[in-house]
Amino acid sequence: MPYQLIDTGSSRSFPAAHALLDGGSAAGDVVILIGADAGSALNDVTDRASRAAILVELRTESLGTHTGESRGTEGSNVLGFARFRLGDGAPSDLVELVRQPATPDSAIAAAKAVLEGAGLKVAVCGDFAGRIIDRLVRPYYNASLRRLDEQLATADDLDLTLKLGLGYPEGPIGLLERTGLAHHYDVTAALFETIGTPDYAPARRAVVAKRRAEKGLT
Amino acid sequence: MSSIKTVGVAGAGTMGAGIAIVAARAGFRTILYDTRQDTLDRARRQTEGFFAKSVQRGKLTAEAVETILGNLVGTTDIASMAECDMVIEAIFEDLKVKHGLFSDLNAVCPPHTIFASNTSTLSITEIAGGSGRPERVVGMHFCLPAQLMKLIEMSPGLTTAPEVFDAAWTFAEALGQRPVKTKDNPGFILNYFLVPFNNDAIRMVEAGVAEPADIDRAIKAGLGYPMGPLELLDLVGLDTQLLLCEALHGVTNDPRAACPPLVKRMIAANHLGRKSGRGFYNYDKDAMFGG
Repeated sequence: MPYQLIDTGSSRSFPAAHALLDGGSAAGDVVILIGADAGSALNDVTDRASRAAILVELRTESLGTHTGESRGTEGSNVLGFARFRLGDGAPSDLVELVRQPATPDSAIAAAKAVLEGAGLKVAVCGDFAGRIIDRLVRPYYNASLRRLDEQLATADDLDLTLKLGLGYPEGPIGLLERTGLAHHYDVTAALFETIGTPDYAPARRAVVAKRRAEKGLT
Repeated sequence: MSSIKTVGVAGAGTMGAGIAIVAARAGFRTILYDTRQDTLDRARRQTEGFFAKSVQRGKLTAEAVETILGNLVGTTDIASMAECDMVIEAIFEDLKVKHGLFSDLNAVCPPHTIFASNTSTLSITEIAGGSGRPERVVGMHFCLPAQLMKLIEMSPGLTTAPEVFDAAWTFAEALGQRPVKTKDNPGFILNYFLVPFNNDAIRMVEAGVAEPADIDRAIKAGLGYPMGPLELLDLVGLDTQLLLCEALHGVTNDPRAACPPLVKRMIAANHLGRKSGRGFYNYDKDAMFGG
């Protein structure tokens, strides 16, 4: 399916060359808006109603921020998406495709066809804070950091146990160090603002990392 | 070098059957005990299927498997455990039931026999308190699927004799496993993190954040986990998850450890996971993982 790609710059999902970027054209039934200003560019899309799907790259914000919401009946051919990426780590092949309550199945199918055609894996989710992965893993990361403070185990033993016991490719402490504790702070703080439960509150070590990053320290 | 020659495994469910495979595969004479013959029959069928795959994949010879299976026997008679040097308990997470089992074992096993509990949430000290031999009880928490996973969380209770813990550690290494020492804390390391994590995934299904298959796909593709949380819950069993939640929440009061209402509804509907043929997914076979 031909698709139009509009790049507003500084895409977090696609910071480097990718088949999805290479396959875009000047026109198409599907429109993909990427970059930091993707949501703002939504208003510039012509013939919006006639498009099979319009995909807006998201960061931590809800799709409703760009589409508006009404009584839980919102939904159109506009979907949100984000290619999952932890902090400074490379983007994964997973795209979280965000729908609203009344999003037509045809729009979801068109969006999935384009994304999967570019070699990406797609998980569909509702317009919830943190979508799927961040909503699920940020409390786990915060708990890991807190238990490290409480000396449940050393960082190495804690990581080793979770790798051997659950087959995780990386333990939480090593993973957060590699991808950036300050980035974790940014995401979990945004979730805490919306969800409000203590498990999303940034752990002390994340707060420290964020404060030091703000001062230009590592 | 381990002085343990004969290993008993009490409970022939998913965990017990997997632990028995580990012990038999490592060369120990292994006695698998359960009160139900049909549970033992299922474990035997799954074990034979597992080793058949091991042969197909070239991991073991047919002759080696014949020897292993010859060293692995099942029994419904607890008196048969009298010849064990080590008994690993792998029954469900209920302190009174574990106390009853260990009391019975204490009556038939010789004084030198070490009792190990595969508990994932209960206190080793509390379990040991009802065993009749508290100084000879250790925590040995295997991971699912036990026949494939190398980690054992090893926990001494407050009353565990150091030499008993050392002997159990040596035995764990003789099994070819990787022991990691943890404190006798609720959930040790794995379940302290895993039980709330899985509950969070269940709550996402309850809330309509995404379908189970989308949640599992996201976790596997986005983070490289070998299984999604809902696939794992189906393997563990929703009834087991309820017990894990009750045990962990009972001692931590962590809201994330509280059992989500959907779990109780699924149990009421007999949607227990793989063991009942339906959980978050539908299943038409009960073959073991791996081989």
